[in-house]
Amino acid sequence: MAKYLLLKHYRGAPAAVNDVPMDKWTPEEITAHIQYMNDFARRLEGTGEFVDGQALSPEGTFVRYDGEGRPPVTDGPFAETKDLIAGWMVIDVDSYERAVALAGELSAAPGAGGRPIHEWLELRPFLTEPETTTDCH
Amino acid sequence: MVDESLLRTLTPTVIGILGRRGADFAAAEDAVQEALVEALRVWPDDPPRDPKGWLVTVSWRKFVDAARSEASRRAREERVEVEPEPGPARESDDTLQLYFLCAHPSLTPASAVALTLRAVGGLTTRQIAQAYLVPEATMAQRISRAKKTVSGVRFDQPGDVATVLRVLYLVFNEGYSGDVDLSAEAIRLTRQLAAAIDHAEVAGLLALMLLHHARRPARTDPDGRLVPLAEQDRGKWDTALIAEGVDVLQAALARDQLGEFQAQAAIAALHADAQAADETDWVQIVEWYDELLTLTDNPVAHLNRAVAVGEADGAHAGLAALGKLEPTLPRYTAAEAYLRERAGDPVTAARLYAEAARAAPNLPERDHLTRQAARLNARIRPSEAG
Repeated sequence: MAKYLLLKHYRGAPAAVNDVPMDKWTPEEITAHIQYMNDFARRLEGTGEFVDGQALSPEGTFVRYDGEGRPPVTDGPFAETKDLIAGWMVIDVDSYERAVALAGELSAAPGAGGRPIHEWLELRPFLTEPETTTDCH
Repeated sequence: MVDESLLRTLTPTVIGILGRRGADFAAAEDAVQEALVEALRVWPDDPPRDPKGWLVTVSWRKFVDAARSEASRRAREERVEVEPEPGPARESDDTLQLYFLCAHPSLTPASAVALTLRAVGGLTTRQIAQAYLVPEATMAQRISRAKKTVSGVRFDQPGDVATVLRVLYLVFNEGYSGDVDLSAEAIRLTRQLAAAIDHAEVAGLLALMLLHHARRPARTDPDGRLVPLAEQDRGKWDTALIAEGVDVLQAALARDQLGEFQAQAAIAALHADAQAADETDWVQIVEWYDELLTLTDNPVAHLNRAVAVGEADGAHAGLAALGKLEPTLPRYTAAEAYLRERAGDPVTAARLYAEAARAAPNLPERDHLTRQAARLNARIRPSEAG
């Protein structure tokens, strides 16, 4: 099994096919979208492939260390930040092919007009534990 | 303290006993798992005098309760009385049949691993979920689906030893995460299998596991860094495990039914036999890799052979052997970096180590490769400046 992160971007991914902002959808379309996402997660729990799913607020703060005895410096949010993560799902699947298939299904979530969004999701493999029988060079 | 190892050993036996009393596999396994969880809760304060008797009694009660509620549910729905069907009488070797069933070829590797750990290994769903870093509900569903998949499989058919060995090998390779030491569990399950069936490759796998496990204390330093084989403190190797591994391997090889695991174990034994890295018999190791490659087309074996050739016949010979392989193989770049350095080309080696680090499949390996690149870069810079 291998774990993958399905990353959903507010910004930073190529434009979706059905690229209409959510506040321009009808309320029914929003409900249908949320229902699709919940059903998808529940189905993955049923297949024993679901690990985690979270959504993030678009507003974030940048924080950095500012030296001994000083409080951390905060900055932002920056309107010009190119990459903005909206949320993620973590799956544990048998193969890369399965991960791609599931990402494809998630990207088919309905949007404006009840049509699939065709949203670009980023698929990233987790780094695993080293295998017991593999020696390094 | 609950003797968890006793509980784990008893689990397949008790599933077998319930099976002989007429419970089907899925129901028996559920009942024993429930009894197991209860034992972990109750035994610390109230240890039974006869653990096996306790486990059989409680498991059977769980099974009867579940069958009754299932029957009454169906009676409500269908208004017919349903009694559990008595299953066929079973001979001994229930445990062996469980191994075959839990590693049935119809299961995906991950399902087979989970089911084996629960039904044969006697681990709880929670322990398995923690070891594989997934939610308990997800692991419960994975096991439940696996049981559905094998529900049509007859319990008394002879199974495929090779699939069982692959499952145990996967568990062993997972190593150590969470509360359960999966490598140790894999060794226990392989020992138990070796006691139940006379098979050269079962012995080969057991030997391989023992020989690798013996080196585990030296594989990482106290900070969790990976230590390459050549730099390991051989004083930390477990000599008792090595001796046992070599004995098991020799007995297996004497049967003249060579297989992949015996060949891998032979290579591990040659490493274990060297008192210092430079006393390693690389010529024999290359010969064993040649044997191994007649048995399997494993890409890792091809790559390791090239590195071994580099040790036996010099880095240029190793690079020539590597050059015959696909550069897309996992860890190809790391192997080339190692051989380039030994061939006296630290600049290329440093670049390749950095490239290999970016492609590393796990964090300790990535850190190790990054350090290798940094070590070489630190050495190169002064001469470049001068």
